[in-house]
Order: sequence, then C-alpha cells, then structure tokens
Amino acid sequence: MPASRTASRLGLRFFAVGYLSMLLLIPIGMIFYRAFEHGAGAAWAAVTTPEALHAFYLTILIAAIAVAANTIFGIACALLLVRTKFRGKALLNAAVDLPFAISPVVIGLSLYLLYGREGWFGGWLLDNGIQILFSLPGMVLATIFVSLPFVVREVVPVLHEIGDEQEQAAQTLGANWWQTFRRITLPAIRWGVAYGVVLATARALGEFGAVAIVSGRVSGSTETAPLWVWREFGQFNLTGAYTASLVLALIAVTTLLAMNSFKRKEAT
Amino acid sequence: MGISVDGVRKQFGDFVALDGVSIDVPDGSLTALLGPSGSGKSTLLRVIAGLEDPDGGRVVISDRDTTHVPVQDRGVGFVFQHYAAFKHMTVKNNVAFGLSIRKRPRKEIDKRVHELLQLVHLDGFADRYPSQLSGGQRQRMALARALAVEPEVLLLDEPFGALDANVRKELRVWLRRLHDEVHVTTIFVTHDQEEAMDVAEQIVVMNDGRIEQTGAPRDLYDHPKTEFVMGFVGPVNRRGALFIRPHDLEILQVPAPEAEEAMIERIVHLGFEARVELLLADGEQLWAQMTLAEAELMELAAGQIVYVRPRHAKVFEPNGDSRTEELAAA
Amino acid sequence: MTSVAGTRAAASPRLARWPRLGGAALGRGFVTAYLSIIVLIPIAALVAKSTGGGLDAFWTSLTSPLAIRALKLTLIASAIVVVINVITGTAIAWVLVRDNFPGKRIMNSVIDLPFALPTVVAGITLLALYGSDSPVGINVAFTRAGVVLALLFVTLPFVVRAVQPVLLELDREMEEAAASLGAGPLTIFRRVIVPNLTPAILAGAALAFARAIGEFGSLVLLSGNLPKTQVSSLFIFAQIESGNTTGAAAVSVTLLVIALVVLLLIGRLTHWSLRHAR
Repeated sequence: MPASRTASRLGLRFFAVGYLSMLLLIPIGMIFYRAFEHGAGAAWAAVTTPEALHAFYLTILIAAIAVAANTIFGIACALLLVRTKFRGKALLNAAVDLPFAISPVVIGLSLYLLYGREGWFGGWLLDNGIQILFSLPGMVLATIFVSLPFVVREVVPVLHEIGDEQEQAAQTLGANWWQTFRRITLPAIRWGVAYGVVLATARALGEFGAVAIVSGRVSGSTETAPLWVWREFGQFNLTGAYTASLVLALIAVTTLLAMNSFKRKEAT
Repeated sequence: MGISVDGVRKQFGDFVALDGVSIDVPDGSLTALLGPSGSGKSTLLRVIAGLEDPDGGRVVISDRDTTHVPVQDRGVGFVFQHYAAFKHMTVKNNVAFGLSIRKRPRKEIDKRVHELLQLVHLDGFADRYPSQLSGGQRQRMALARALAVEPEVLLLDEPFGALDANVRKELRVWLRRLHDEVHVTTIFVTHDQEEAMDVAEQIVVMNDGRIEQTGAPRDLYDHPKTEFVMGFVGPVNRRGALFIRPHDLEILQVPAPEAEEAMIERIVHLGFEARVELLLADGEQLWAQMTLAEAELMELAAGQIVYVRPRHAKVFEPNGDSRTEELAAA
Repeated sequence: MTSVAGTRAAASPRLARWPRLGGAALGRGFVTAYLSIIVLIPIAALVAKSTGGGLDAFWTSLTSPLAIRALKLTLIASAIVVVINVITGTAIAWVLVRDNFPGKRIMNSVIDLPFALPTVVAGITLLALYGSDSPVGINVAFTRAGVVLALLFVTLPFVVRAVQPVLLELDREMEEAAASLGAGPLTIFRRVIVPNLTPAILAGAALAFARAIGEFGSLVLLSGNLPKTQVSSLFIFAQIESGNTTGAAAVSVTLLVIALVVLLLIGRLTHWSLRHAR
C-alpha cells in the first residue's frame, strides 16, 4: 500500500480518536478524579446523605414506572402501525416522534400549563385532591413524555422484518390473538423490546429539564438525582456533585453495555 | 503483446488462492478463466486488474511490468458480476465517468457516450438511473462504461452470473459480437463450461489455485490432460481406469467382444437427445447419450438387457500422461 | 390486516383475525388516549397559552430583546455545531467502519455515551476539564465557546450513527470500478462515496440540530445565567421562574416550530436525494 494512503489512514484515525478523547474520554476521566479527590470516604459520605439517597430512589422509581408504561404502549403502538391498516398512520408516526423534536423545558412548560391552577386539567384535579405538579405524578408524566418513542421505534422494524407468516400459521392451527401474541409475536420481538427498554431507561434516568420545571425541586421530596447534582454543584458541595455524577455515569456505562449486547442479539 | 502472468502467488491468511500461476493471453484474444468456486480464477483476474496485490510473481500487460502499478494506472476495464453501477448517477454519467475524470471536453464526452450507448443498445436510457434498468441492461451499461476509456485490456468477473438463463445466453452471443467489433484483449471468468466453450477462443481451466490446462475449447474437450479437466469440460462416465464420454458409449443389442451386459434403468428425453441410464452387472451405473431418433430406431425401452462398449476412452496415467484407447471396431 | 388473513377468516369463521375487529379498535383507542394525555394535549395547552393573549402579545414576547438575543445565540451555536458534527461525525464513522485497531470496539461503544448520560452530568463533566478548575488551563465556563462545546458533546452520536450503517452497506465494488476507470482515492471519495452518504449525513445533521436548539441540562451550569450565554431553553426556564409563562410559551412554540420545520425539510431533501433508488 502506498505510503500516502497509510499516512492519511493514520491521520484520520488520530483525528477521530483525538476528538473523542478531548470531548468525551478525558472529561469523564476527570469526574473519576474529582469524585475521589478527597478520598473514597468523603465521596461515599457525600453521596449517602438522606437527600441523596432519596434522590436516587426517586430517579429509579420514576424511571421504572415510565419505562413500564412506555413498553406496554410501545408494543401496542408498534403492532398497530405494522399489523393493521388505518388512515392517519403518518400522523401517528409524527406524534410518536414528537418528543425527539421538543426541548425538555418546553415539555416541562406544557405540563406546567396543563396541570397548574389555571390549566385545563389542573383546576379540576386540584379541586378533587389530585396533585400532579410538584409531586410524583407530574414527574412521571414528564418522564413518560421524553422516553415515549424508544420502544416503538425499536419494535417497528423488527415486526416488519419477521413478517406475519408465523402469526398466520399459528392462527391456522387455532390460536386466538392473545395466544398468538404471547407465544409467537412476543418471543420474536423480545430483543427489539429489550433494546428499546434499555434506551428508554437511559433517557428516563437522565431526564433533567422537564422534571426540573414540574417538580418544584423540593429537596428531599421532589428532587431526582440529576436535580440533586445541580443543587449540590450550585452550593459548592463539589465532592457530592462529582460523586453523584460518577454514579450516574457508571449507570450510563452499564446501560451502554446492555445496549451493545442487545444490539447484537437483535441483529441475529 | 497481450498479457503475461508469471508465477503469481496469492494467499489470504491460511488459504492459498493462487499457487504459482502462469498464463499467456495473446493480444486481441478472448480468453476464459474456467473453474469451480475457490479455484482462484476471480483472484487471478483481480491480480491482473490490480485490485489485489500478489504475494509473488509478475504481471506484464502490453510489455509493461505492471505488477505493482495501482489499478488506476493500468489501463484495464473491469466489469463486475453485480454491475457495480454508480447508483447515484444516470446511465449517461456512469458511462462518462472515466472520461470526465480525465478532464476531456464536454462535447467529446457526450459524443463518445452516445456512440457507446448505441453500441450496447441503451441509447434510449441515457437519463435513467441504474435502479430503473434490468440486470442485463445494467451489465451492458457497465461494459459501455469500461470501454469508454479505451482500455488495453477488458476483464469481466462472472459478468452474466447474476442474470437469468436466457438473458445470459443472449449476452453471451452479444459479447462475442462485441469482441469481433472492438478487438480488445478480453479475459472473462466463469464457472459455466458451456459459456466458456461457447464464447472463448482460449480456455484456461483452473482448480485449487493452479492451472490444469490451457487450450482451445475443442482441444480441451477432445484431449483433456487430466481427469479434472475432462470432467469439468463435459460429461463423463468412469469405468475402472477408463473415462468415457456418454456419446462414446455404444449400445448393442447382441453380445459382442469387449461389451458388457447392462440393464436399461431409464430413458430420459431431453429435447432431441436421449439419455439412457444403465445398470451394469456389478452394480455400477453409466449413462449413454444418443439422438432420440437413434434410440427409437433401436427400439430401446426400460428394463431391456443390452450390451455396452466404449468407442473411445481416456486413461490418465499417474505420472501425468494421458492416452486414448480406441476400442470398438466400427 | 392482510387480505390473506381476511380471506381465511371469511372462509373459516372460527379463525381469529389479527387482531379481531374489536381488538384493533381497542388498541387504537388505547394508543390514541395514551398519546393524547401524554403528548398531544400538553402541547395543545402550550400552543393555546402562547397565543392566548392574541397574536400581538405573541409577537411582542417573541421579539423582546432578550428573547431575540437568546434565539440568535441558539440558532448560530446550533448551526456551528452541526457543521462541525458533519465533518467529525463522518470522519469517526469512516474510522469505525473502514479502519481497524485495538480499542476500536470500545470507541464504538463510547460514542453512545452522550445518549445515556444525564445532560447535567455532561455539563459537569465538561466543566471538570474545561472549567475554572481546569488542569489544562482551558476555561470556557460562562463563554459562548463553552456553549458550543456542550452542544458538541450532546450531539456527538447523531451524525456518526446515521452514517455508520450506510457506510457499512456501501458497495465496495463501486469504489473498485471507479478506481479501474482511473479515479484516485480523493476523487473516489468525492464522486462516489460522498454522494451516497449525503442522505444519511443530512438526516443525522437534522436530528443534531433539533437536539441542539433544545438542549438545556448541560448548559445550565456552563452558561452561568449571563445574557450573553443564555440560549433559548435557559431563557424559557428563566421566564417560567419569574412567572412570565406567556413569554415562555411563545418562545417555546417558536423553538418547536423551528425543529419541526428543519426535520420536515431534511426529510424532503433526503427523499429527493434518494430519487435514484426509487
């Protein structure tokens, strides 16, 4: 191979790796360093305060509810899009993709407007003792909004690819639609669902902007982990902020690993 | 002076694709590289083109040692099995590509492209995209594209492999005619012996990275040097050390010297040809080929006992010699 | 429902259709209700609030000096980021597909990190290296460069992941054919590879742009509430905090419309540039 080709190949490689290091890898390394700058003990103490633990608990709880809801919705919506005929599929597709195009603060604002005292739903709900804003339901709704598309988008192509012949075969053998779904369709789409669930979970765990607006950010009560990190950083409790960031980053890395292994399984 | 390949070796990891291959391709000739999958024929073609670097040996094109010359500078035209059409360009721009990168004037390019499209019967399709063409049309476009830059050598890698049987036959005839008109040294790779026999002036039979035999189609058929060549280039029966062509297997209705007893298991009618499947006394099976008329004249039928004898047979000595045995008296 | 299933069902009434007519309606009902409650009605409320005071009020909120400044900064920074991403994203995708070296697998996985990381953590991560305590002496906190940096971080995967699969599927023989016709590597890249990558690059760029104009979490710490580094999302947040929800809604709707227009435009462009594949 001519020397100029090798040179340009190495140059490109160096450029790509360099860019990624400067932008991604080295900054993440710094988080490690900063978190443990004052020793592991300090890091541990900073991140196990009652407020911090509550924040992590809340984050996980909200994500679990949101992802579960979006999984059921996602599979139903995907089946609708791929296996049935109706007018308005383009609109449905657009609506499902909407969360990708909206800023989190806009999402937060729209929920704030809807469920606030003067909102369309807010007045009636509050009169009946149901609190959406500044409390768990609002945060769950916001998180569902932002993580909505992922399961749908991953299941749709899988459904397309496997085709409905197996399902038809099951029906000729006498299966009703629930049996067909549970025993034929669901197993066939399971890796698509898994991958979508992982993506949705990552998005839900990391949600910040929308939840910041609808939660009221009450420490120890409606503060998720990302919000807690913001508070700590703002109050110069840097070790806490960095350590919690590290924990969240490690969760993100675990998510990445899960993504990778599911992506490979989805491809087979 | 054509193309000369000398002792070329190529390995991919542990797999030896070419094991010291040498051939001579006369200037202006139409040569086929024939062999089964894995025989190295495509690799050899790609080495000649410069798409692969050989591990050893030399490639000489028109008296120039091009062994380490990059493909861009070898002056070869290459046609791929799956067309390799520039799918984002129109047919016209595909064919014009080689000329446009040589910065020829627009008018000259347009004229040449028009000529070539007429040559390949695609002149109505200039503004279409390859995706709008059939497989056969795409391949004709690919040929026009390769010819546009007036290559010294035209190389085709299983050019009709991806096409339907009748399109394949059409394009075979068409390639022969094209070569008659354009007279460029042409090498094409195929695993289809009928195609090679039909089109080529010279056939190079390859197996396991080596050349088995080179020669004109008739030569290879009548005087195969090895068992492999004989079996690859035409149908063959084996009886002990004898290799017999089915049309050389004589069927007699009464016993005769050198003839063995056999039962007709089945007679298959293939067009004008009859294929007579025979079971010998020791359990071996042979088949004979004759015209339907002959079979009917002899009133052959399944279940009949007949006597079979080869008119000619080949014997391949372990030391590499081969000889023909003439057996039957007329 | 496919016609085959329909025929079968007509022929043998005991066979279930997929799903039964009633089941399909139920499914549609559930999906529609879910989407409405979660997405559509909130957005409707947003649009209603923004235009509630009439179009004049909308326009006034939108054209206040701070709002305009924020919008300008948002659009310019996002545009710069998209241009950078087209170059670096394509380069990274190229290296991941065409090159081979130890650690490539890790590099491939790392690309998705911005997708998985909470945005506020992204902000802190960048500040750790490029903030006021920077070990390398680079401090972009409270600067527009910092804004661009944060946006580059969160939009990193979009162009890469859009280009990668297309590059993988690219017919290498097209490149060999071009080489056999005399084209050098640069010409091949320019005339064969790039035209085939363009639709994917555009799609990735559109997604990156839509993401960039709405980015909030990573900027919340980096921009420091200064007017000169206040992008639209921060502006909206500030307006909400100070009770000006109408103003916030007006800018929000504007951002939303811009994102939708960009996505639509690029969708059309991609469709057009793939005309040869139809």
